[in-house]
Amino acid sequence: MPIKQQGDIKIWKRRDRNRQLAIWFGQFMAVAIFVYCWQLVSENTIWMFVTDAPRQAADMMDRMVPPKWSYMSDLWRPVWDTITIATLGTLMAVVLAFPIAFLAARNTTPSSALVRPVALFIIVSSRSINSLLWALMLVTILGPGVFAGVLAIGFRSIGFCAKLLYEAIEEIDETQVEAVTATGASGAQILNYGIVPQILPAFAGISVFRWDINVRESAILGLVGAGGIGLQLSSSIDTVTWTQVSLILLVILATVIVSEWVSAKVRHAII
Amino acid sequence: MLRLENLTKRYKTGDLALKDIDLEVPDGQVMALIGPSGAGKSTLIRCVNRLVEPTSGSVRLNDSEISSLGQNQLRKARRRMGMIFQEYALVERLSVMENVLSGRLGYVSFWRSYFRKFPQNDIDEAFRLLERVGLDHMADKRADELSGGQRQRVGICRALIQDPELLLIDEPTASLDPKTSRQIMRLICELCKERKLSAIINIHDVLLAQMFAERIVGLQLGEVVYDGPPGNLTADVLTTIYGEEDWEATIEKIDDEDDEDLDSVPTSADAVE
Amino acid sequence: MSAPRTWKRPPFIERPLLRWGLITGGTIFLLLSIGTMEVNWERVAAGLPRAERFVASFFPPDFTSKSSDIWEGIVESLWMTVVSTIIGILLSIPVGLGAARNLSPRFVYLISRGILALSRTFPEIIIALFAVKLFGFGPFAGIIALSIGSIGFYGKLLAEDIEDMDPVQAEAVKATGASWFQWLNYSVQPQVMPRMIGLAMYRFDINFRESAVLGIVGAGGIGATLLTSFGRYEFSSSAAILLIIIGIVMAVEYSSGYIRKWIQ
Repeated sequence: MPIKQQGDIKIWKRRDRNRQLAIWFGQFMAVAIFVYCWQLVSENTIWMFVTDAPRQAADMMDRMVPPKWSYMSDLWRPVWDTITIATLGTLMAVVLAFPIAFLAARNTTPSSALVRPVALFIIVSSRSINSLLWALMLVTILGPGVFAGVLAIGFRSIGFCAKLLYEAIEEIDETQVEAVTATGASGAQILNYGIVPQILPAFAGISVFRWDINVRESAILGLVGAGGIGLQLSSSIDTVTWTQVSLILLVILATVIVSEWVSAKVRHAII
Repeated sequence: MLRLENLTKRYKTGDLALKDIDLEVPDGQVMALIGPSGAGKSTLIRCVNRLVEPTSGSVRLNDSEISSLGQNQLRKARRRMGMIFQEYALVERLSVMENVLSGRLGYVSFWRSYFRKFPQNDIDEAFRLLERVGLDHMADKRADELSGGQRQRVGICRALIQDPELLLIDEPTASLDPKTSRQIMRLICELCKERKLSAIINIHDVLLAQMFAERIVGLQLGEVVYDGPPGNLTADVLTTIYGEEDWEATIEKIDDEDDEDLDSVPTSADAVE
Repeated sequence: MSAPRTWKRPPFIERPLLRWGLITGGTIFLLLSIGTMEVNWERVAAGLPRAERFVASFFPPDFTSKSSDIWEGIVESLWMTVVSTIIGILLSIPVGLGAARNLSPRFVYLISRGILALSRTFPEIIIALFAVKLFGFGPFAGIIALSIGSIGFYGKLLAEDIEDMDPVQAEAVKATGASWFQWLNYSVQPQVMPRMIGLAMYRFDINFRESAVLGIVGAGGIGATLLTSFGRYEFSSSAAILLIIIGIVMAVEYSSGYIRKWIQ
């Protein structure tokens, strides 16, 4: 009750006392946690390096220009590999995510006690582990190369695509499904006529969106040896050839911009 | 003939939607089911084709006991009952033709339906029906490009292409303007007569029910409180169904409007040709 | 009735040239990319027993033998996440306000959008790579990388949310004669707050997941421990770390749903 009667005067407050206290307490805790964590940061940082950083940065910039354009001829193949990894990985992910999403959606799962938790677990584990970690594991197991990269991107994207897709499935218009059911359609026919047309735009949108993200992700997989342009990036940094580094960054930038443009175009065409 | 005996539905939440309903709909009869929101109209027609599972009681269509059929048999039985929905319930991202043909899903195999290879007979019939409702030029339009009245016509085609014996119609005019509502109701009744179909029409609008149905059943809190011809629907009866309200005025006003309307609005047949 | 009419499902893309062009183009691209993939099947086959050992090491995972390393790494990841999320969000608020077209003059808008685009272009790990060069190894570099990533992510979404808000409400408050900050507080903030709190939780989640890999380039967090355990083929410890990461991500996700409900 934010309004209190005090004599003749009605006093209005935004919140009642307990709620206000709870909010103050929450804010206080947030600040305390931040201060505590900052202290930990401070202990683990050599501040001399940090204060020196602007000079270092200027120096690095200086050594980066001009980019070594002749190095470009060595980069076409890594760029192609990067796009290959992103595309095949996305393809693999959407193919696998499609059935998993149906198993995970509340309204289409065959059993919400058994199948749904398993599907959700697959989704969560796939999402929790960064594609770089997937790549790390796969490189250890399968050896370095593009193949490990494709699998890493695929495994990471299954969870992402399946999650967005099953949320879309849960939001479909049930009356359309009911109408198809009422014609005497079988389960598979209901899926084909009642459900799939409703989620198809979402499905296509999700795939393209994820492809766009995957182009960025596959650009870094090379850091752990899973193919793509990241390989050149890490070796150029290791050998401190900054003019190559700047060229690689520009190439990544261009690739990302082009992929963003493509995905925006495709999404526009679908909707 | 459709026969409901002791039909009861209790939802998981504990709400008793239908109490011991006994009802018979003879062949060829168009029956309107009226009653306030929450009276159980929707539940009743969904119990007939078991989109809602009845708790107890029996539903018989001619000589098959629908309430005890297994999944496969139930699908076969659903083919014999066309359903028309409130808000049309077309699959919006499919074309008009695909929506109409989806009425044949119970008759064709999955792969045939998947590749949209329906038998030529079905396609002929689909064109015939679309022509009948005046939409044959729209066959390849997507359903969400159509207006409300047009969508409901597609919904009608989808129900009729099933070659049903019975139509279950749930608030067909709920989202249509008054003029289109009448055209749609007229179309439904004409088609029922042409094909000698019986029909159960859930409807809010008492007026429309009186105009078009041969028989009216009033439902209130899951029980039948009125069953008779439209002419006997007096203010007293409406009070038992809907509760206290000044019904006299409503009824008279309705009649005036009705005459006017019949003069100015073309019949559905005109609109179609 | 006229002669029987046929019906075919209209094709997804109307223009036949474009349709066939896309189909053949797509197929060629796919074949080429599969063809150039150069899978070393012998190496893959050799890896299968190792894969088996890796999967087997999840039953049971080994939480104990490296427990102090794991604990330290996880705690470091967590506080890196807290600090970088808070810093990132605080910095992204002015940038986000500046990048909302309906709020800012064109000049400010362009600068803010530029900042957002710049901080979104490169993945956190590449930023971390450079941060390590500049600030030395350790969590500080990681925090810088995560904060920059957070600014790009949060600022962009904030700007979009503000652009989507109901202009009528904003106008009504302006009509009362409110100052710019009052106007912000009474009309913009109530409209964008619920979603932004949810997104803050989401960004926390992302930052935690990212912090788990920054260790690979030496920018602190659990990633270093994980990298070592992989390098030494101590798969049981890796399994333990992965399970802890999954557990924490799940916990954050569940509690964020809960907090969002509580706030609304």
